[in-house]
Amino acid sequence: MTFFKFILKRLAFMLATLFLISTITFLLMNFLPGSPYQNEEKLTPVQRQMMNEKYGLDKPAGERYLIYLSGLAKGDLGISLQFGNQPVSKLLSSRIGPSIQLGLQAMLLGTVAGIILGTISAMYQNSFIDTFASLSAIIGRSIPNFIFAVLLQLVFAVSLKWLPIALWDDGFRSTILPTLALAIAPMADAARFIRTEMIEVLNSDYAELAKAKGQSKVRIAFVHGLRNALIPLITIIGPMTVGLMTGSLVVENIFAIPGIGEQFVKSIVTNDYATIMSVTLLYSVLLVVIILIVDILYGLIDPRIRLAGAKQ
Amino acid sequence: MSEAKRSVLHIPDAYFEPADSNLLAKQERTARPSISFYQDGWRRLKKNKAAVISLYILIVIVFIAVASIWFTPRDPNLQHVPHANLPPLIPGMDINGWNGYAKVADKWVNKYEQAQVPEGVYYYFGTDAFGRDLLSRILAGTRVSLLIAVLAALFDLLIGIAYGLISGWKGGKTDIFMQRILEIIAGVPTLVVVILMLLIFKPGIVSIVVALALTGWLTMARVVRAQTLKLKEQEYILAARTLGVSSWNIAIKHLIPNLSGIIIIQTMFTIPSAIFFEAFLSFIGIGMRAPDASLGTLLNEGYKTFRFLPHLMWLPAAVLCLIMISFNLLADGLRDAFDPKMKN
Repeated sequence: MTFFKFILKRLAFMLATLFLISTITFLLMNFLPGSPYQNEEKLTPVQRQMMNEKYGLDKPAGERYLIYLSGLAKGDLGISLQFGNQPVSKLLSSRIGPSIQLGLQAMLLGTVAGIILGTISAMYQNSFIDTFASLSAIIGRSIPNFIFAVLLQLVFAVSLKWLPIALWDDGFRSTILPTLALAIAPMADAARFIRTEMIEVLNSDYAELAKAKGQSKVRIAFVHGLRNALIPLITIIGPMTVGLMTGSLVVENIFAIPGIGEQFVKSIVTNDYATIMSVTLLYSVLLVVIILIVDILYGLIDPRIRLAGAKQ
Repeated sequence: MSEAKRSVLHIPDAYFEPADSNLLAKQERTARPSISFYQDGWRRLKKNKAAVISLYILIVIVFIAVASIWFTPRDPNLQHVPHANLPPLIPGMDINGWNGYAKVADKWVNKYEQAQVPEGVYYYFGTDAFGRDLLSRILAGTRVSLLIAVLAALFDLLIGIAYGLISGWKGGKTDIFMQRILEIIAGVPTLVVVILMLLIFKPGIVSIVVALALTGWLTMARVVRAQTLKLKEQEYILAARTLGVSSWNIAIKHLIPNLSGIIIIQTMFTIPSAIFFEAFLSFIGIGMRAPDASLGTLLNEGYKTFRFLPHLMWLPAAVLCLIMISFNLLADGLRDAFDPKMKN
């Protein structure tokens, strides 16, 4: 029952966070300089008045806030004035596919590669291999993903001509380069994290026992050790998602992928209020939900956390 | 009384020698000089070659960046269109790409002759589309990036330490309340805050620093709070409280010195992420605005023509990567040197 309470509490926090974010974005958008209309200077005062009435912008801020909140509850995100007057929900839903595919691919590739790199690093701690792996993890963390993306374009698309340089029209082949560019940061994070965990695990009694039984080094690390080293990795899924969101903005732009990130940047540059607010909320919801899932997962896997949570 | 007993009682004076008045001090003397916390950390850091080299590289970069305020080769924003898009030319270098030659239709062409640049005029890193000197722009950009990083770290320190100390020290309801607020703020992605800030304020150094300050302190506050909770149960804090030392003085004289290790580590991780964020925002075109140079805007401009004028992209990229790698290596080294858990 305590676990049920724990989930309820987390849900309450989630709602508080979301309410706060939606209010803040609404307030900020209202005080923004600039106008939501294209070619604003060409509009006469009468035309502008009519436009304001049509889109409900002539109402007082308090009333608009209530309309906005009730719209949100119904899944109505408003209308994008800059991109063909279509509903934002429609605009975004047509673009969410590529973003999710790219994000999931990058996360999968980054985590798996990071786990392998980190485990090997820990197996041969302080050797040449370890230094090499740690150094590549630091370089992966240091080189900004947009520079890495351009490097990939130059090598694999321009020079070698193996893969398409941009766009999202060649099936899986066109997803390879952006995935690689996006996966480098999660890989470096996961590698560093797994290395620390794995060193601890490999020094534990059960790893010694496995060694005494005559198990091979690889088997001890990957079969016995990895399971335990992986549990704490769940905690970095949250920060990793944030990193991927940030990364997707720039990677989607460089590779001209019709995703949420590319739309977000376009909307910022053109003052498209409704879309900016919606993407902001979308990102926040995603992060908050992922944090919630991580907390629940962690509680399920490791009962000690659950107890500590209940005691507070 | 027997003779033997007498001799025991009467020990001749010659058998005695005066006691060394410093005996106690000698016994208590430590063989090695005592080492302060920082000396110990520095000693560990020196063993980490990568971190030391990074430290030296960073000192050189900071020195050059500061010196370039007074000694810049050219005005970074001065346009000279006849000298536009020149490749790098370093006197005495005879490697294609660095000697004023650029590849045009698979042939190496002397661009300086084409543009009729007078003899003796060199652009070490070439020029951009407006004929602005790339070296001067990179120097100015590095300065901006470092300035943003330092300011972000400073705010991070001020807000994060204060919030963490108060929350951890007061404990009880205050702590619970402050932690709930922190949890709610942590649910907002940094990216979202940064972009909203950039929309309200005019894009530039101030808005980037404010945005980073608003989001950056969370981790610092958490780390400081956790450590304060541990420290406040220690005997020396109890002693200070018993003697009537005020909370303020305990925080300044006892807590902060003992927190300094984790504070240093945390700050060192803030700096590269601030540099990255500035470059990232400017690269997608919502950070620094033209004509001001920052490493991000230079990359943004260079990216547009990177196939034909590769130096405009790769030179700022190289500088940015060098700074990022050095800071990260140094931060890793400092963590190993100052984190008590890392001590063997």
